[in-house]
Amino acid sequence: MNYLTRRLVTFPFVLIGVSSLVFVAIRMVPGDSITAMLGTDAGLLTPTQREALAVYFGIDQPWFVQYGRWLLGLLQGDLGISVTYGKPVFEVILKRFPLTLELALLSMIIALSVGVPAGVFAATHNERPSDLAVRIVAMIGQSTPSFVLGLLIIYALSAGFGVLPIMGEFSPLWQDPLANLSQLIFPAITLGFAFAASVTRISRSAMLDILSEDYVRTARSKGASSRSVTWRHALPNALIPVVTLSGIEFGYLLGGAVIVEQIYALPGLGRMVLGAILQRDYALVQGTVLFIALNFMIVNLLVDLAYFALDPRIRLRDR
Amino acid sequence: MRIFRAIFAHTSGRIGGTIVLLYLFIAALGALGLTPHDPLMQYRVDRLMAPNATYWMGTDLFGRDLASRLMTGIGQSFTVAFFSVAVATLAGTALGLTAAWFGRLWDGAVMRSMDVLLAFPAILLAMLIVAVFGAGTWNSIAAIGIVYTPIFTRVVRGPALSLKTREFVDAARTFGSSGRYILTRHLLLNLVAPLTVQVTLALAWALLTEAGLSFLGLGTQPPAPSLGLMLSDSRNLMETAPWLMIFPGLTIMASILGFNLLGDALRDILDPKTRRSRA
Repeated sequence: MNYLTRRLVTFPFVLIGVSSLVFVAIRMVPGDSITAMLGTDAGLLTPTQREALAVYFGIDQPWFVQYGRWLLGLLQGDLGISVTYGKPVFEVILKRFPLTLELALLSMIIALSVGVPAGVFAATHNERPSDLAVRIVAMIGQSTPSFVLGLLIIYALSAGFGVLPIMGEFSPLWQDPLANLSQLIFPAITLGFAFAASVTRISRSAMLDILSEDYVRTARSKGASSRSVTWRHALPNALIPVVTLSGIEFGYLLGGAVIVEQIYALPGLGRMVLGAILQRDYALVQGTVLFIALNFMIVNLLVDLAYFALDPRIRLRDR
Repeated sequence: MRIFRAIFAHTSGRIGGTIVLLYLFIAALGALGLTPHDPLMQYRVDRLMAPNATYWMGTDLFGRDLASRLMTGIGQSFTVAFFSVAVATLAGTALGLTAAWFGRLWDGAVMRSMDVLLAFPAILLAMLIVAVFGAGTWNSIAAIGIVYTPIFTRVVRGPALSLKTREFVDAARTFGSSGRYILTRHLLLNLVAPLTVQVTLALAWALLTEAGLSFLGLGTQPPAPSLGLMLSDSRNLMETAPWLMIFPGLTIMASILGFNLLGDALRDILDPKTRRSRA
């Protein structure tokens, strides 16, 4: 069985594993979920009321019945009710997701459009001062946490230009594209900076490898211009590891959005899950974590498919 | 000793190694209580002072000395990073080695469990674990340790699988060596090089994750000094007291940079394959 088939076959099993882990983790929280849901109000309940609530939420059942019901609900898109929002978890997630997705995509666009040219430039100027400069910037970029960069950007904006990034109320892309972009551009730079550094480093090293391949030498000896060799012959193959990196990073962008959304006070998925953790809204934590993990898994699967499409030589056995 | 000489002969190894040693020295001073001031002492009259001769990096909202707090905070961050990477290395190596050695059902079970852990973005999984067990230093260590275990499992399992079929392992078996002896003496010793590189890079990620968790209020709890928390607290005072943001920010950045540079140097030195294309 080749790598891809095995990947497709194991996908549902990993998904079951992920959902079980989330289910078990949430049930390991000390105290029962009624107390967790109601907080201090739980002390006011009479035993009969408590029992009624337990029956209502199904937590009077043994764990395997609870898990079965939860999985069944999951298949129907029912992730339970959020205590803090008083709405179905899925609805709350869908309301917040566009912002986080847009932020992740925008960061990715920034990272790729800066990182790939920088990597190619460094590789074609190998061991020259300009290569060294790119490598130093990339190394610093990779070592800069998003929360440090985010605060520095906000500080620079306010101290240098007397402006602050727009925070709070979010304007969706389809309603006011300009306001939306001006709101998201700095968070996206913050999130995309370290990613751009990784892209630079990986495209540089992939380009270096490929520029020493025989077929590139052949193209050169046939008289192809240096520009055509770089961009037409070498770059497409050097992009393969960049695609893999982008897939892996996309998940981190979704997760890393937690911190960036927090700094810029953006009402996205990450900020919501942090709030849910702090307020012990377990249905919401459970649903959101699962939702992000599922997205991450799907993106990684797509990347593996892209990997096969891009390079037919690759027949991965073990990774 | 040879490895130290090799590290210091390598440009980024020299820079990274120096940064890491410097941090270890500062952390040791902090741990011994050799800070300019008591990191928890509130000098109420000296609140929000800019860097000066008495307070080298200024004071915070409560009049606590920032330099002393940073020194203690570095120790705190490094403790979490070292312990969590130790957890990940031990667990990941044990799982990866046994998965490669026993194969079949155990291998499948281990690797699928690791796939499950890898399906979560790192910071999110760490947040989930902290949500379950509560915030605090030891829980951060456990959370970060669990998050990075799958990476070590993968790093060990791949090479272990190919080492297993090598002749020297067959030879050891013919001589009657026990499975445990072969695993620890023959396989593990051959994996020291890739593990060393991975440990160094993982320390950088662990520092990043720890700072991130405490920035979000899920790591070390106040009043204990923690770099992430200090940075988070600086947000509302950015305009009046920028030093509260700049110093912790640069401290976190430089520590991660140090381990990244050291990791890169070690990869160059220990892995001949990457020498040609080092980035």
